[in-house]
Amino acid sequence: MSTLGTPTPLATVEETIPDAAARRKAGRTVRIRGSRPGWVVYGILSVVFLTGVFPLYWSFIIGSGDASSLRRPFAWVPGGNFWDNAIAVMNNPAVNFWPALWNSIYSSFLIAAAVVITSTLAGWAFAKLRFHGGPALLVFVVATMAVPQQLGVVPLYILFSELGWTGQIGAIIIPALTSAFGVFWMTQYLRQAVPDELIEAARVDGASMIRTFWTVGVTAARPAAAMLFLFTFVGAWNNFFWPFIVLDRQNPTLPVALSLLQSNYFVDYSIVLAGVILATIPLLLLFIFAGKQLVSGIMAGAVKG
Amino acid sequence: MTTTQQRPATRPRTTDDGPRQPRVISFSQKLSKWDLKFSPYLYISPFFLMFAVVGLFPIAYTAVISFMDWDLIRNSGEFIGFDQYVWILTQPHFWTALRNTFSIFVLSSVPQLILAIFIAAVLDRNIRAKTFWRMSVLLPFVVAPVAVGLIFTAIFADNFGLVNNWLTSLGLTPIPWHKDPFWSHIAIATMVNYRWTGYNTLILLAAMQAVNRDFYEAATVDGAGPVRQFFSITLPSLKPTLIFVIITSTIGGLQIFDEPRVFDQFGRGGAAQQWLTISLYLYDIGWGQWNFGRAAAMAWILFVIILLIGLLNLLITRTLVRDEGLHRELTKRQQRALEKTAKRDAKEGSR
Repeated sequence: MSTLGTPTPLATVEETIPDAAARRKAGRTVRIRGSRPGWVVYGILSVVFLTGVFPLYWSFIIGSGDASSLRRPFAWVPGGNFWDNAIAVMNNPAVNFWPALWNSIYSSFLIAAAVVITSTLAGWAFAKLRFHGGPALLVFVVATMAVPQQLGVVPLYILFSELGWTGQIGAIIIPALTSAFGVFWMTQYLRQAVPDELIEAARVDGASMIRTFWTVGVTAARPAAAMLFLFTFVGAWNNFFWPFIVLDRQNPTLPVALSLLQSNYFVDYSIVLAGVILATIPLLLLFIFAGKQLVSGIMAGAVKG
Repeated sequence: MTTTQQRPATRPRTTDDGPRQPRVISFSQKLSKWDLKFSPYLYISPFFLMFAVVGLFPIAYTAVISFMDWDLIRNSGEFIGFDQYVWILTQPHFWTALRNTFSIFVLSSVPQLILAIFIAAVLDRNIRAKTFWRMSVLLPFVVAPVAVGLIFTAIFADNFGLVNNWLTSLGLTPIPWHKDPFWSHIAIATMVNYRWTGYNTLILLAAMQAVNRDFYEAATVDGAGPVRQFFSITLPSLKPTLIFVIITSTIGGLQIFDEPRVFDQFGRGGAAQQWLTISLYLYDIGWGQWNFGRAAAMAWILFVIILLIGLLNLLITRTLVRDEGLHRELTKRQQRALEKTAKRDAKEGSR
């Protein structure tokens, strides 16, 4: 144990030499691990995939039928009423579909952009600059991620009603402009993405701190910033609790508008589900174009987190 | 990019300076020193300023309000001590909400975690079209919780819902999805599982791929089958990630609001509070009964519950998943100690 070369526990179990049968079995498993798996694996994955797609497809079937389509036996083929139902959703005076769509788009966009900017700046400082109290502040930021949203809503509501901002989209944008997760994410990424020598080189060449940040930091941060943008956008788009509290029914976001679709005593599921599909299409489009980035973002965050 | 282009221009001049000489500190150098010292604070200030206003202030102020009888019209309150907490803890609705929240949390997190580990293990095989399959498990994640809730409310509708239609066509009795607390919890847990299983699968898959493949090879040489390998190598290596996933799903799961809110058209957790959750109850106290003092107390109770359950889960995961087989990085102190002994050994050996 006096040398550095033997840290693995595996080196100490040499005395258990497997018998011939076990060795043959072992050889087989080695081969299976490396080679392409059989149809069972693809079968399982297909079932998972179809489980994900089916509820959406079923919603489209019901959403393209009429008021009694839920009652009829299950059909695989969609009906022809989707556009009629969609137009009924758009024209429903209780729902305000178009304002809701616009509110969702621009509030999510602003929130995501602001989170990326504040998080990249703070993440750069935490990851690469030395300053008094830095590590302690970072621990503090991480700790706040455990605080539930519910803990802040009452004072925030009082604050915004004092300012007369309840019912305004600003009331959902302002509290979301920064994110503890975003700061943590950018710190983790920048710490390993930028070698300290690069910053020193830039400083030696006479670059100011902001110039170093701009040319070295922002350039390196781009991939992580793009993922953070995507996640924040999806999160802001889907957020319901706070917008539901602070926005009024005339000026909602899409999730708030959706929840109003079934608030009548009689629920016409063909209209409700047509609305669901209509509100989900933008994010499905985003998923088709940026799903790959979402996947690698989640997987990259997991290894470090 | 610009720095690399400028380098040739600046380099020769600095080398021409010759040996370094003591110089008077110029204004620009002073500026640069200030720049070095204060830039970090400048960079973190946008985050912390915003965070103080919309993060810290509300948390502290919720605590203050929770000890008050809040007057909505005057927008001020009167201190009444722990009365709001006592009121909440003596409400039968609170205990029902607590039971429902736990029940939905367990029904969603346990099957979800097992499924996620299983699917991740399948995705960890050497499959074709990796990106496609990984994307396919993530698809439900982009659907808004409210939309998922509405879809599954239709699927689990008592009359003519998809599941009950199938059950009746098979000659079975339909399930009272809304009337019975347990079945309503199953329905809501299904919504949560639908949206989050794929997300957690990808996190666990990333952790699985980080496991050193040599371990598996060594284990197969030692005669361990795939099942033994999974429990002795894969699962212990997943431990830090499992803790992360369990803690985050505890924080999220106990706050559940969106899905139970849209489980019927009234959104108040059912006629007999079958699926009333803590967050639904908080909303009802705050913005149904307009009692902010009680809602604030409720928020603090929820926070304490989340902390307690989070800690409990941390302890459970720590003891349940064994550490053996996990290759640990040496700590710096151990490394130094090892280096020291190695050096001493080398010295003594040469003598």
